[in-house]
Amino acid sequence: MSQYVLRRVLIAIPSLLGISLVLFVVLALAPGDPFSELATNPNVPPEVAAALRAKFGLDDPIYLRYLHWLSAMAHGDWGFSFVSRMDVDALILQRLPATLYVVGSSQILALLVAIPVGVFAATKPYSLFDQIANTLAFVGFSLPTFFTGILFILIFSVTLDWLPLVYTTDVKGTGIRWVLEMIRQAIMPVAVLGLFQAASMTRFVRSAMLDVIRLDYVTTARAKGLGQAKVIVKHVMRNAMIPVVTLIALQMPAVFGGAIVTEQIFRIPGIGSLLISSILANDTPVVMAVTFVFACLVVLFNLIADVLYGWLDPRISLR
Amino acid sequence: MLDKKLRAMIDKVADGRMDRRAFIKRMAAVGLSAPLANQILALGGVAMAEGPSTYKPTKRGGGGALKLLWWQGPTLLNPHFATGTKDQDGSRLFYEPLACWDPDGNMKLVLAAEIPSIQNGGLAADGKSVTWKLKPGVKWHDGKPFTADDVVFNWEYAKDPATAATSIAVYRDITVEKVDDLTVRILFPKPTPFWADAFVGAGFGPIIPKHLFADYKGAKSREAPNNLSPVGTGPYKFIEFKPGDLIRGELNPDYHMPNRPYFDTLEMKGGGDAVSAARAVIQTGEYDFGYLIQVEDDVLLRLEKGGKGKTIYAVGGDTEFIALNFTDPNTEVDGERSSMKTKHPLFSDPAVRKALSLLVDREAIKKVIYGRAGRTTANFLNGPEKFVSKNTTWEFSVEKASKILDDAGWKPGADGIREKDGKKLKLLYQTSINGPRQKTQAIIKQACQKAGIDVELKSVVASVFFSSDVGNPDTYPKFYADMEMFQIPLTQPDPLQIMRRFTSANVATKENKWQGPNFLRYANKEYDAIIEAAESEMDPIKRAALYIKANDLLIGDTAFIPVQHRLKVEAAANNLVCIVSGWANETDNLFDWYREA
Repeated sequence: MSQYVLRRVLIAIPSLLGISLVLFVVLALAPGDPFSELATNPNVPPEVAAALRAKFGLDDPIYLRYLHWLSAMAHGDWGFSFVSRMDVDALILQRLPATLYVVGSSQILALLVAIPVGVFAATKPYSLFDQIANTLAFVGFSLPTFFTGILFILIFSVTLDWLPLVYTTDVKGTGIRWVLEMIRQAIMPVAVLGLFQAASMTRFVRSAMLDVIRLDYVTTARAKGLGQAKVIVKHVMRNAMIPVVTLIALQMPAVFGGAIVTEQIFRIPGIGSLLISSILANDTPVVMAVTFVFACLVVLFNLIADVLYGWLDPRISLR
Repeated sequence: MLDKKLRAMIDKVADGRMDRRAFIKRMAAVGLSAPLANQILALGGVAMAEGPSTYKPTKRGGGGALKLLWWQGPTLLNPHFATGTKDQDGSRLFYEPLACWDPDGNMKLVLAAEIPSIQNGGLAADGKSVTWKLKPGVKWHDGKPFTADDVVFNWEYAKDPATAATSIAVYRDITVEKVDDLTVRILFPKPTPFWADAFVGAGFGPIIPKHLFADYKGAKSREAPNNLSPVGTGPYKFIEFKPGDLIRGELNPDYHMPNRPYFDTLEMKGGGDAVSAARAVIQTGEYDFGYLIQVEDDVLLRLEKGGKGKTIYAVGGDTEFIALNFTDPNTEVDGERSSMKTKHPLFSDPAVRKALSLLVDREAIKKVIYGRAGRTTANFLNGPEKFVSKNTTWEFSVEKASKILDDAGWKPGADGIREKDGKKLKLLYQTSINGPRQKTQAIIKQACQKAGIDVELKSVVASVFFSSDVGNPDTYPKFYADMEMFQIPLTQPDPLQIMRRFTSANVATKENKWQGPNFLRYANKEYDAIIEAAESEMDPIKRAALYIKANDLLIGDTAFIPVQHRLKVEAAANNLVCIVSGWANETDNLFDWYREA
C-alpha cells in the first residue's frame, strides 16, 4: 500500500511541473499589463509605468521569468502581487478560509443530499420517488449557478429580506451570534453551489448503485438471508462508491471553479474572487499562483481518489 | 490690451463705473465673443476661495457604523503606490492631504491652516513658489506630532525614482523646503499658475508619516510594514485590511477637526459588480454608500422605486469623446502604423470631420443611455465652469452632414457609400467593452449609414485597450483605427494636465513606445503656442481665456467629437448626507459625512 502511494506521489511531481510551464507560457503570452490603469491617468508619466514594468521584470524573456519563478517556488517564495505589492501566499491564505468554508459546506451538503437520495432511488428504480428525484436532478444541473444565485438573491434578499446579499468577513457580534450570522450569510451561496453539485452527483450515485445491485454476489447475499439494509450498505454501497469517489475527487477543482462565479455574485472574499480580480488587473503572479493551487488541488484529489480505491478495493493497490 | 487694462475695466464694472454692455462691446472690439467676455467678467478677481461647510453634527461620534461598498476593492493602502482611484480611495480613509476639493471645485482645508494667497503672502507674485502653513496640534494615529518634516519627507520619498511611486510626476520637478516646524515652501522651476497639485486632493496629495517610512525610501519601498497598515492623521483609525475585500476603521478620538468624525466605525467592502452594488445600497439598504454606479439610467430608476436609497450625482469635467486619427492607421511607414509621416486619407479633408461631428446625436445618447448621468456638450473641456467655452455649439443633422459631404465632392457610389478620387468613406471606430459605449457606437453607426458613411465597429477588452503594453496593437495610444471613443478622467479642477496632452511634443510614436499622451497625433503650432502660454500665465482671467481658446481650436478642427459631459454617479442611503465632488475621490470629503436623523 505505501509503495502504491509513493508511486502515485512521484507521478504527481512531473505533472505539476508540466502544468506550471503551460500556465506560465499562456499567461506570458496573454495581452494586458498590470500597470494599465496608470496609462489613462494624466498625472502619471508614462516613464513610471515603464519603470515599474522593468522593475518587476515584465520585460524579461519568458524562459528567464519562468526559471526565476520556479526557483522562487522551490524556496517557498510564491512571489508578490504587482497590484497589492504584498506576498502572494499571504494574499491566498487570507482568502482561503472563506473558500474552504463555503466550498466545504456546499460539498458536504451535496454529499448529504446525493448519497441517500441516489441510494434510495436505486433500490426502487422507476418508483415515484425515483422519478421525482431524477426530474429535480435534471433541473438542478441544467441551471447554472450564476442564474440560481441571482434568483436566490431576488427571492431571499430583495423580496423577502431574510438573508443578506453581501457576504462579509467582518461579522458583527461574538459567540453564538457570530456563529449564527456566519451561517445565515452562507446559506445562499452554500445552497446554490451545494444543490448544483448534488444534482449531478445524485444521478451518478444512482447509476453506480444500479450497476452493482444486479451483480450475482448481491443476489447470493440476499439468498443467504441477509436483510435488505445490510445488503445495500455492506455489499452494494462499498463497491458502488468507487466510481463515486472518482467523480467527487475530479469534481473538487470544478467546485472551486463554480465557486468563482458564486463568490463573485455574493462577494465572498475567497480565492475565486481573488482570481477574477487578479485576471482583470493583469496581476500575473497572483493569477499564476491561484491557478497553480487549482492544479495542485486536481493532482491532490486524484491522489486521494487513488488511495481511496486501494482502500475500497484492495485488489487495485496490489496491481 | 489684456492684463492691466482688462483688470481696470473689470474693477470698473464691479464698482458700477462701467456697465456690463459697454464692457462686452469693448471685448468684442478685441475679438472676444460676448459669452466669453461675460465669463471673464464673472471670474474677475476670483482666486481660490474656500467652499462653505455643510457639516451639522455638534459632537464627535455617535453615528454608528458607516458601510461603504466599492465594486472594485482597494488593493493597497499607500497613496504613493496607488494604481487607479480605488487605491486612492482606500488610502484616503486614513491619510490626509493639506487640502481637498469640494463639489464646486473650491479648496477645502484639511491639514493646512489657511489657503495660500497673494494677500496672505502664501503665493509668490512671480508664481514660482507657494508657502503652506500647517495646522498646529495635528497628531498621527500613534500620537506623534505632524510637522513640516513629514511634508518634506513625502516629497523626497515620491520623487526618488527607486521608490517607483506612481505620484512621481507631481513631485519630481518641484522643490519642497521646511521654513519652520509648521511651514513648508514649495518652489517651482517656472511660474506655475496651478500650484495646488502637490499635497492636495485625494490622488497623490495624502501625506504619509516620516517616522514610519523614513527607513523605506527608494528601493526598499515595498518592504515597509505600514504599506498595508496605515497610520495617518485622518478621522478614522485603521483596524484591518484585506486587499480587494475589506477595510475597517474606527473613530479617531484625537481628530483635528471639531465635532468630527460622525461615525463610530467604518467599513469598506470591495468586489462584485456595479449593478449589484447599486442593489445592495438602493434597493435592500444593506450598505450606506456605493461608488461609481455606472449603470444605465433605467436600471437605476427601477431600483429607486420604493427602495431605501437614492442615486446622487457629482458634476466634474469628464468628457466621453470620440477622437479622430490625424494619421493613416492603414499604411506602414518605417515599421509604424499611424505614423506622423502620413496623413489620414479621409480626415485630411476637414469636410469629412465636420460631417462626422454632425452625425453624433448627443441628445439621443443622453436620453437612451446616460440619462441623469450625462449632459450634452459641444466642448472637450467641460469643467471647471470658468474654463468652459460658451463659443461652441453642436447640432445633429444628417441632412447638413450629407450636404457638406456633397459640396466637398464625396458622392454616393453604387453601394450607397460615398466616395471621392477612388477613396471610399469607410471608417473603423473602436472603443473599450462597456455597455453604454457599445450602445453609443450603434447609435452613431446608424446615423453615419444614413449619410452614406460606412462605419465598422470594434470593441476591445478594457484591460487591453487601456494598457500601455507595447506589444499589443489594440491599445488606445497605438490608435490603429480611424476613430476611438473613451474618457480621460479630470482628476483636479484644472485643465493643465489634460490640455497639455495634445501638444505636438507629446505625440505617441514608435520612438517613445507610444507613451506620448497625444494619441490622436494632433499637431497644431497654434495649439502648442496657446498651451505653452497658459502653462505659466499667472493671470487667472487670461489663463482661462487661453484654455477656452485651446478647447475651441480642438473643436473647430474637429479633433474631438464630444459625446457627453459625464457626471459621477453614486448610490447612497436616503438619510446619508455625503459630500461627493466631481473634482475629488469619493472618500476625499468623508470627514464631512453624516447621517440625518
